[in-house]
Amino acid sequence: MTISRRGLLGTGAALGLLTACGSHTGRDDGGSGGGPELSQWYHQYGEQGTEQAVKKYAAAYDKAHVTVQWRPGNYDEQTAAALLTDSGPDVFEVNGPTLDQIQGKQIADLTGLFEGVKDDFNPAVLAPKTYDGRIWAIPQVIDMQMLYYRKSLLADAGVEPPKTLDELVDVAKKLTSKKTKGLFLGNDGGAGVLGGTPLYAAGLELVTEDGKVGFDDPAAARALGKIHQLYADKSLLLGAPSDWSDPSAFVQGLTAMQWSGLWALPTVQKELGDDFGVLPFPKDGAGEPSVPVGAYGAAVSTRGKHQQAAKDYLKWLWIDRTDHQEDFALSYGFHIPARISLAKKAGKLRKGAAADAVRFTTDHGCAQPLRWTPASQTAYQDALSRIIKDGASPDSELRKVVRKVSAELDRVKKK
Amino acid sequence: MSLRQEGRRQAIPRQRGRRQGGTARKWAGAQNRTLWFWIFVGPFLLGLGVFTYIPLGWSVYLSFFDAHNTVTPSDFVGLGNYTAMLKNEAFTESLWTFLVFSLFIVPATYALSLALALMVNRQRRAQAFFRSVFFLPAACSYVVAALIWKMSLFNGVRFGLANTVLGWFGGDQIAWLSTTDPPWYWAVIVTVRLWLQAGFYMVLFLAGLQRISPTLYEAAAVDGARPGWQVFRHITFPQLRATSVAVVLLLVINAFQAFDEFYNLLSDARGYPPYARPPLVYLYYTALGQGQNLGLGSAGAVLLALIIAVVTVGQAKWFGLGRKEAQ
Repeated sequence: MTISRRGLLGTGAALGLLTACGSHTGRDDGGSGGGPELSQWYHQYGEQGTEQAVKKYAAAYDKAHVTVQWRPGNYDEQTAAALLTDSGPDVFEVNGPTLDQIQGKQIADLTGLFEGVKDDFNPAVLAPKTYDGRIWAIPQVIDMQMLYYRKSLLADAGVEPPKTLDELVDVAKKLTSKKTKGLFLGNDGGAGVLGGTPLYAAGLELVTEDGKVGFDDPAAARALGKIHQLYADKSLLLGAPSDWSDPSAFVQGLTAMQWSGLWALPTVQKELGDDFGVLPFPKDGAGEPSVPVGAYGAAVSTRGKHQQAAKDYLKWLWIDRTDHQEDFALSYGFHIPARISLAKKAGKLRKGAAADAVRFTTDHGCAQPLRWTPASQTAYQDALSRIIKDGASPDSELRKVVRKVSAELDRVKKK
Repeated sequence: MSLRQEGRRQAIPRQRGRRQGGTARKWAGAQNRTLWFWIFVGPFLLGLGVFTYIPLGWSVYLSFFDAHNTVTPSDFVGLGNYTAMLKNEAFTESLWTFLVFSLFIVPATYALSLALALMVNRQRRAQAFFRSVFFLPAACSYVVAALIWKMSLFNGVRFGLANTVLGWFGGDQIAWLSTTDPPWYWAVIVTVRLWLQAGFYMVLFLAGLQRISPTLYEAAAVDGARPGWQVFRHITFPQLRATSVAVVLLLVINAFQAFDEFYNLLSDARGYPPYARPPLVYLYYTALGQGQNLGLGSAGAVLLALIIAVVTVGQAKWFGLGRKEAQ
């Protein structure tokens, strides 16, 4: 049989079209069990074994066939896009949820699942999942951030761990040398990771209980001005190969103090032994020390075909099976269980820096409120960056932010 | 034009006369030409429609609605998104950023690639080698190059390449991407783009240079033109006009599309700093990031498209593109 050139090209094009129609559904991994098909999404955890663990939990559920998708990359963007379509997940992990997701009816009301156990969840992380008295996601584990400092370097410089923001500015300056910087707040100088933390430390908040701007106060400008002082003194490490979430800069000695997460604790402990300590963000003026806390939540998509089955599954996984929750929080990375009863039981969290971290979370934990929308966040973060790096006037920058945030708060209230 | 049309009109009745074999044959055309046309063009046309024109139209539709976290909005706001976007300082600032960037990068790339082409063209030996060496970066991905620039050449610590060199001369280490005063980050953004692009445009210039007739240079020499600047100014540069127009158009379009290196150099897990933020990056965060304000983002995209259209038309007028065809 002879094949003409056209025929060959045509066949190729047709084959290309056919293969383009096929798709990888990702339904070949994870769970077993009868009942309806449910798909569950997780963002990619850095710690070894987490993926296997969540697949093991899903496989152990027998009332539905749950398939787990482990999604690397920009997880928030992926879920946001998937929730617009019918092909998204039935249950998924959410870094939020955002108020617009709740008001847009993209996720289901899970209040019913909390019957009898609501008080066992840490209130600091349950509050941002609650809107209008209804709960929209189940907190999985608590993550928090704090200040790590190198004891030996502080002793060499003859300084004490800072207890106020003024002391932090002072100590960071004294610790800065040709080779080592005093403090690492991320490569952007702290605008991204600090967020509202300095405001809480100054006794203010992002959004008040009754939905008003919580930092329309001269104390806010004073606190943020001091962060600029850190930058102006050249005490901040900038442009490190890895960012604040990774303790590399700290353990390699590029900086004497670093702001990072609880998750970094095992690495720091392994590399530095006893030569480090942890602190909350120091207070400023009339405020209290503060640490940001947050929790990924498990949510149900309203686009799913089996909403009730999805809810039953989440109740089983994140409410009934405390053994799985304990395993997930403590066996792989380093997190605080969202359930108070489990956190109290955990031996790993009772000594050394881990115990300090738990204490900071209980005493000084501040979670980002639900009404703090991404638009408010962007406006504030832009202003913070200008204050820190460009030396822009904190007063006028904050005035602009207050205007923008008030408009956002009005917008979400109307709905 | 008209000749070709007449040709076609004549061809069609002839086919009909010859082939009486039913509608399928008629549908397929002479030598199955219509059929083959659709087999080859169809998939691309379909792709273009589904992935370009429908989303484009949808985006315009969305821009008139309050579309938070939805692509099927019901809350009509008229021109609200447009006025909000035009009043939004972050958006207007991003337009300025972009303007400054293109005002710099277009002439810089143009001059550098022309200089490279002139140098390589004069080279008698190993011309192919130098041509390939300068062209090679064009094969590198923007993302990869941006990451190399960010993490090894221009990182802010003492062992980054740029800081090591500074260290030899006793300078302090500089946090290249984090310093806004002076704006060192531009050095990183501009060098990565120059490195990636210059080689490609050099090849275009080389092709242009090789098309200039040697007799022109001979005539110039006879007339007593000094080799060097005078010859370049009066012979080479005017002869490169067509190439120059094409290069400038491509450079401007590329500058409009700036996203990859900006995003990869400056974004982090918590977002993007308020400086060096071109419109596409800003709109990405507004519409597709956690913001999910698809209405506002679409309005911004439409505004940007309008600006690009105006600039392109203006540029075409300025360069006299299409004037010849009209005459």
